[in-house]
Amino acid sequence: MTDPAPPVVVLRSAAVVRGGRTIWENGQLEIPRGSLVVVIGPNGSGKTTLLQVVLGLLPLARGTVEVLGAPPRRGDARIGYVPQNYTATIGDAVRARDLVALGLAGRRWGLGRLRAEERELIEATLDSVGAAEFADRRMSSLSGGQQQRVAIAQALVSRPELLLLDEPLANLDVRNQQEVVDLLARVHETLDTTVLLVAHDLNPLLSVLTGAVYLLDGHPHYAAIGDVVDEGLLTHLYGTRIRVVRTPQGDMFTRSG
Amino acid sequence: MAGAVLAEIGYQSNWVEVLTAGFMRSAIIGGVLVAVAAGMLGYFVIVRRHAFAAHALAHIGFPGATGALLIGVPVTAGLAVFTVGGAVAISLLGRRLAEREVVTGTVLAFATGLGVLFNSMSTSSANSVTNVLFGNLLAISTKQLWTFGLLTAALAVVLAVVARPLVFASVNPDVAEARGVPVRILNVVFMVALALVITMAVQVVGTLLLFGLVVTPSAAALAVTARPAAVAVLSTAFGIASVLLGLLLAAMFNLPPSFVIIALSFALWLAAIVVCRDRAQADAAPATGCAGAPSSAPPAPAPTVVVPAGPAAPTGDEAHRH
Repeated sequence: MTDPAPPVVVLRSAAVVRGGRTIWENGQLEIPRGSLVVVIGPNGSGKTTLLQVVLGLLPLARGTVEVLGAPPRRGDARIGYVPQNYTATIGDAVRARDLVALGLAGRRWGLGRLRAEERELIEATLDSVGAAEFADRRMSSLSGGQQQRVAIAQALVSRPELLLLDEPLANLDVRNQQEVVDLLARVHETLDTTVLLVAHDLNPLLSVLTGAVYLLDGHPHYAAIGDVVDEGLLTHLYGTRIRVVRTPQGDMFTRSG
Repeated sequence: MAGAVLAEIGYQSNWVEVLTAGFMRSAIIGGVLVAVAAGMLGYFVIVRRHAFAAHALAHIGFPGATGALLIGVPVTAGLAVFTVGGAVAISLLGRRLAEREVVTGTVLAFATGLGVLFNSMSTSSANSVTNVLFGNLLAISTKQLWTFGLLTAALAVVLAVVARPLVFASVNPDVAEARGVPVRILNVVFMVALALVITMAVQVVGTLLLFGLVVTPSAAALAVTARPAAVAVLSTAFGIASVLLGLLLAAMFNLPPSFVIIALSFALWLAAIVVCRDRAQADAAPATGCAGAPSSAPPAPAPTVVVPAGPAAPTGDEAHRH
């Protein structure tokens, strides 16, 4: 698949310093448009930091970064974002539908009501993630999987070109993990959205990923997924023995030991 | 002794006269204005987990009031200076909940210490201090009413402008910040607005009872509905009902208005959480919007798909186990 569109994220000699500590440096990568990419690396290697750089929340100490063809800026409507621990911070004072509406109009000043086509867009987005039937319920009354769907709907409702998710599979059981992965794959295919997500467990994602950003020895790299699912690389990356197993269905699994 | 107490709170046959007196008209207008102002902000206080800060700001206002009595300036001015100052300090020093609790408590302790100092220097009667601590709706002056009216109007204008971004920043601060909402500025704006509401409410129900008029009606409303605008309307209605009915009962039975207002507010809150808990258990939650436990229906298995399903899911879950 040759895509004439420019990459969605470009790092050139990029380095991030926080509180005097270099999180990562010599970042040199291009994430192709239209890909579904996981960000992997051990705890504290700067995965969330990378998302914050892309979001324009954290400036680089050195080097340059381009996001969707321009320097990143906070509030870029072309980027959707689902932060880490999303569900833990949401109380019982908000309904799923209202949360999605905030993704569309939450930065608008004044009391003006939503337009009819905006309401339709909200309903269609809730429907597309399978959240329509619990849209009137409070977030606190939903299961973790349901809350994650609403969070994704909130990020998708502004029809972003790039969707960032920070550990969307954390704290979900196996079935809900798979449902969220299937949902992200659908979003990637049907809405032509580039998806960049942070994850610790590659297994539920392997069937849908096209590439990976891996934070190895303090440097971010990008590679196609086929090159990343490599025993030597993953063992080095996580500092523990990782094996890659090919099942009869063709699925690959990484396992330690 | 008991008989004397009962005689004291007995039925007052002249309550109609009391209700039509000038001071009562001021009390009604002042109480309603405070209920409206508190109703507008209560949702945010709860969602932002600022309940302790609201309570503390009322106490931080105490030295402002006693200091004002000491140097002979209006109590409202003294309250406003201290609550707004405390609000700015809390919002700048304590952005995260864990920090905020400690910052709030520390500022609160220092302010209360100042209150003790000012009170010891003051020559005014203990009655003034009692008014600050417990409020005195019946002593509201026309001048204070004008101040309340202007503050409430200003608050309504500010909230009309910031309402939606403030809801976003309150329920979803991380996403709101990434989406370009000025979360930190809104935090300061909110805290100053809260300080001004508290400046008014302290004069109605006093420092010690303030929570019952600023937070409790909104907590009751939140048990019924989770829609921010509906919470504002409903909590304002609860607040107004508490004030009006409270003044009526206070006049009829010669009770302190602060007590009756807070007791009614408490009763409404209790009723709201009890009724809504029952409804949620009866699984009527979607219709009423009442909060409660997750409905007993199992979560929907497959989502309604409007797009083709993604790649087939691997079935051998046991293969995932490490």
